[in-house]
This record gives sequence, structure tokens and C-alpha cells, in this order.
Amino acid sequence: MAEPAVKSVPTASAAAVTTQQSAKRQEIFAGLVFIAPAFVILFLFMILPLLVAGYFSLTDWNGRRPLNQEGAYEIVGLRNYEQLLIQGRRVDDFYNALKNTVYYVLGVVPTQTIIALVLAVIVNQKWMRWRGFFRTAYYFPSITSSIVVSMIFLFMFSNTGPVNGFLSSVFPSYKPVTWLANNDGVIHNFLGVLGITENSSTFLKDTEIFRISLWDWLSGPSVSLLTIMILAIWTTIGTMMVVYLSALQNIPAQVYEAAYVDGATAWQAFRKITVPLLAPTTFFVITLGLIGTFQVFDQIYVLRNDTTRETTMSVAYLVYDFAFGSLNDPRMDRATATAVTLFLIIFVATLIQRRITGGDQAK
Amino acid sequence: MTTAARSVGMDVDNSKTGLGRILAIAGYSILILVAIIQTVPFILTIANSFKCDPAITTRPAAFIPAPPFGVQCATQDESGNRVVLNADDQTEGITFNPSFNGYESILNSTGAANNLPRWLVNTLIYSVAVMIIRIILNSMAGYALARIKFPGNRIVFFIILGVLMIPGVVLLIPRFLMLNQLNLLNTYHGYVIVLAADAFGIMLMKQFFESIPKEIEEAAQVDGANRFIMFFRVILPMATPALTALAIFSFQGQWNNFMDALIIVGTDPEMFNLPMGLTVLTGSGQDIQFDLVLAGAVITTLPMAVIFFLFQRYFVEGSNYSGLAGQ
Repeated sequence: MAEPAVKSVPTASAAAVTTQQSAKRQEIFAGLVFIAPAFVILFLFMILPLLVAGYFSLTDWNGRRPLNQEGAYEIVGLRNYEQLLIQGRRVDDFYNALKNTVYYVLGVVPTQTIIALVLAVIVNQKWMRWRGFFRTAYYFPSITSSIVVSMIFLFMFSNTGPVNGFLSSVFPSYKPVTWLANNDGVIHNFLGVLGITENSSTFLKDTEIFRISLWDWLSGPSVSLLTIMILAIWTTIGTMMVVYLSALQNIPAQVYEAAYVDGATAWQAFRKITVPLLAPTTFFVITLGLIGTFQVFDQIYVLRNDTTRETTMSVAYLVYDFAFGSLNDPRMDRATATAVTLFLIIFVATLIQRRITGGDQAK
Repeated sequence: MTTAARSVGMDVDNSKTGLGRILAIAGYSILILVAIIQTVPFILTIANSFKCDPAITTRPAAFIPAPPFGVQCATQDESGNRVVLNADDQTEGITFNPSFNGYESILNSTGAANNLPRWLVNTLIYSVAVMIIRIILNSMAGYALARIKFPGNRIVFFIILGVLMIPGVVLLIPRFLMLNQLNLLNTYHGYVIVLAADAFGIMLMKQFFESIPKEIEEAAQVDGANRFIMFFRVILPMATPALTALAIFSFQGQWNNFMDALIIVGTDPEMFNLPMGLTVLTGSGQDIQFDLVLAGAVITTLPMAVIFFLFQRYFVEGSNYSGLAGQ
């Protein structure tokens, strides 16, 4: 056996090189075969559509002229964006939707984050029992379809629904609120209680920014939009609480023991240990919240109606409304421009958020 | 589960002192209050789905379909027209006798505006098909990213990571246009192919495969197994927990998926899924037939609720990954 082995040394090493090469080739082949199907799907239905949206936002295609017909559309550059953002008959629509969306985001994201954190901290206490029950109860709404949840709210907040029923039995002087057909701005209502109305300040009334008066910018969400915000918070706190809870459980108990030995109070421990150590989680929860709330759509689809058309219009819904809202006048060019704008808004918002919450240290 | 290792946020473990007891009472009060807020809407939805429409309007907050018992929701007059009884007539009698009017009318109808049995079957087809294909495609892609060196591995990884950040709303119109051109609108395969892989699932699987010790693969390699045999015979069977999580997320996502259904199968009532169909049931928002709508809500939620209670662990663990998901 020894002799042939010695003789075959050169051939063996050559063979080893070729097997190594072919093994490497096989590896590359395997890698491509494994990744290709999923990548092709993602490319075709996630990345390509993004490019298509960008492209059509630069055209004047209305969506009715067949695409394969000669001259179905022309490239018009940034005209759609200009008509949407700067001057044109859709500027009102856009800034109204943006106003609603910003109120929605600013109302929902901080509230759901704080409630989730507080709940997680309480559930995580050593003496707490029935943890599993609370976690399940809080989490359940988030596994339910957004449409079903919206329908439940449609029922709960209807004029004769349980919410009004409950409130009038607790507060005899309560006048039932039409939650889902109510365009009154929440801040306007509050100011009204203080005696401040539109006519109190000619400055607020007459100063216009993007054709919306300063007074109207300060309306706050309408009561109907507020109901949708309550729905969003109600649905999401469970998920966010679970995320916080698992982060809390990763903080070693010794950290707290050391702090208590040094004489820290419970509140100090919370402020100086828990909150800073949860910063990456908070960053993560807020990012999730921002991306989700800026796109609010399903809930509005169910809970809006002709009365609240204006005050529940979100930017995401406006995209759909431009494209499919009117069968006689679909505007794919304008709709895609709105969609791309929303994409950029979300992108910038997450960047700003990253700066503020110090997400650079986050995972 | 990990009580011993549990760390504490703002712990006051002096429950014998007055302050500790007050904090404990306050803590439980908050949790119980929130638990009531989170569960009562579901309980009322179930309760009211067993009432007749007028009773839902007059006594929506009654937990048990009572006292309006022994209910007949409607009778027929001499000429055979349906006459809905008013709430007081419905409250006759004192035996527990819930109304199945909502369920009956929703499960027996086959019209375009109300075809729940068909939508239920559609939803099942969409959800199961997408789930099976995603299990295969996502785990293959996740494995390639985790373990196989091929040119472009890093770039593909970052592209897929970027895909996670694309807001769904941007995709609405272009997907509609593309599927329209390809004649894939309102078809089963159109729905399934668009959703056949997802970035979140790929990342989930990648993360899992990275946690498997390399030695196992090296041992398989010594035994002469190539990547394909290794993956399907050795690696995939080890991945059952991750695959279960992936399957559940995928199923849940599609069972509840409204926005994609609206675009892909939203123009043919025969092809609706349940969420899409439910929005048609509520109609224009005026004169909603609540018994019907609430019965539909219960039927839609029930399968997810069963899955949730069976696999709760995966949901809870999974929401820690779901940071990746975005939606």
C-alpha cells in the first residue's frame, strides 16, 4: 500500500485541488439555489414595485389609459410632487391628511410605549401573581385581525353601544357622544371649554399655512380619529408589553441588589437603572410604533364614513383614495407620488427618532 | 417559568410594610383595570353575537343574552314579509335561549355581499398555501445567508434587511398594476406567489440556523453529504421550533391580512378572504346589521384564538423577534 501511495502523491494533490475547487463551486451553486427562490419573490413583489411606484410618480398616467398603448403617459418630472406639496388642487388634501396622521402618530406612539412600560414593570414585580393571565389578556387583541378589532370598536363606540351605555350609567349627566361621526377637534373642544373659540384670535384664524389656518392646524385629532387612536393603543400595548417584559427579565437582579445596598430608593432604581438599561428596547418599540402608525390604513378603511371623510383621512388612506377612491378619476400618478412621499416621511421620522432616543447604541 | 432568575424593575419587596402593601394594591388595581379594558370588548362581542339586532341596540352591555330570552328575532306577516320584532317583544320569557340569527344568516348566505362560507374556505387556502411555501423558501434562504458562502451573500443580506423597512402602502398600487398586467388579480396563485416569501421569516430562520453548532454540519460533510442532503435530512429536522414559530406567524399574518387581499383579490367577491369580506358586511357604515357583523367577527377570530391558546409560547417569544417584522 505504501508504494502506490507515494507514487500517487502528485496526482493526489492535484486531485485534492480539483476536488477543493469543485467543492467550492458546489458550495456556490448550493448557495444560489437556496437563496434564489425567496430572493426572486422579494425582488419581484417588494423591490420592483418600489421602483415602479417611483417611476409612475414621475409620469402623468391616470390609470385608465392602457399601459401598452402608445402615448399612454408622459414623463412629467416632479410635477406630481409639486402639485401635492407646494401648489395645486391637491395640496389641501395632502396637508389635511398629514395633519391627521401626525396627530395620530404623536398621540399613539408615546401613549402606547409608556403604558406598555408601566404594565411590564408591574407584571415583573416579584410579588406579582397571575402573570400568565395578565400577559394573555393584554396580548390577545394583537393576534386579532385589524378588521375584526375595528368592527368590535364600531360596535362598542356606536351611538347606542356599550361605551355610551356605560358612561351614561356612571355619569347621569353624560350626553351620549357620537364617537364615530364626530369631526370636532379634541383640542378645539378643550379650548372651547376654556372659552377660547375660533374668533378669539384673529391671528390664529387668519394666518394660513398651506391653506389651512393656524387655528385648524391646532384642532387636534377629531373625536372620530381619537376613537381610532384608542383602538390602535388598545391593540398594540400587549405586544409592546411582552417585548418590555422580556427585556426586563434580562436585567440581572444583582444590579438592583447593589443599588439597594447603596441605599437607592425604588424610584431611583427605576429612573437610573431600569429606564437606561431598557433604552435599546424603547428605541425598538418606538421605531415599530412609528412605522406602524404612519401607515394607518385598515382601521380607517372600516371606521371612516362620509361624515368623517376629512378628519379621519390619513396619508396612507389618501394613497388608496387617489388610486381607487374614484372610479371615474383614478390618479395613479398622484397616488404613487403620495406613497413615495409617505415612504420618505417614515424614513426621516425614524432617523430623527434615532437621534433623539440615542438608538445608535441600540442593537 | 424563570422565577428564580427573574430580575425586578422597580421592586419593593417589603410587602409587609404599609407602603409596600399600598403599592401592591395599586399595582394589582392597574393590571386588573387594564385587563378588564382589554377583555370586555371581546366578551361583549361574543355575548351580542347571540342577540337579535334590536336587542343589541337596546341592551348592548348585557353580558348574557338575557333578559331578552326566548327570542325570535323576526316573524313573517300574512304576505310573507320579514317583520323584525321590537326589543320589548324579544324580551318575552325568562329561559336562556340565545338567538342564532346572526350565525344562521351569515353561514347560510351565498350572495356576493355575504358569502362567509366561501370566504372562510378562501382564507384557509390562502393561509395554508402561503404558510407551506414560506416554510420552504424562507428556511432555504435563511440557511444560505447563515451558513453558505456564495458571492453576494452579504449584499443579499442587506437587501433583505432593507426590504423589511418598505412600508406596505407604497406597494399597493404597483402590485395592483403588475398583477393586472400578468392577469393574476383575483386568483389563488396570484395571492400566494406575491406573499410566497417574506423578509421577516428569512431573518427569523437565519438567526436560528446561526445558533446550530457548526460541528453538526461538519460531521455530515465528512459523511459525504452535500448541502442539499445535509439541509433537508439533518438541519431542517433540527429546526422544528423555529419552523413552528414561522408557520404560526405566517398563518396568523395571512388569516388577518387585509391590505394585500384588498389589492390582490379585492375586486371579486368570490375570491375575498375573511377580513376583506367582513368589510363588505359592514357596508357603508349606515344601518349596520350588528348581529351579522358580530357573528362574522367571532367566526373569524375563533380559529386564531384556538391557535393562540395552543401555541401561546411561540407568540410571546416571537414578538421579541417581531421587531424585524414591522407589521
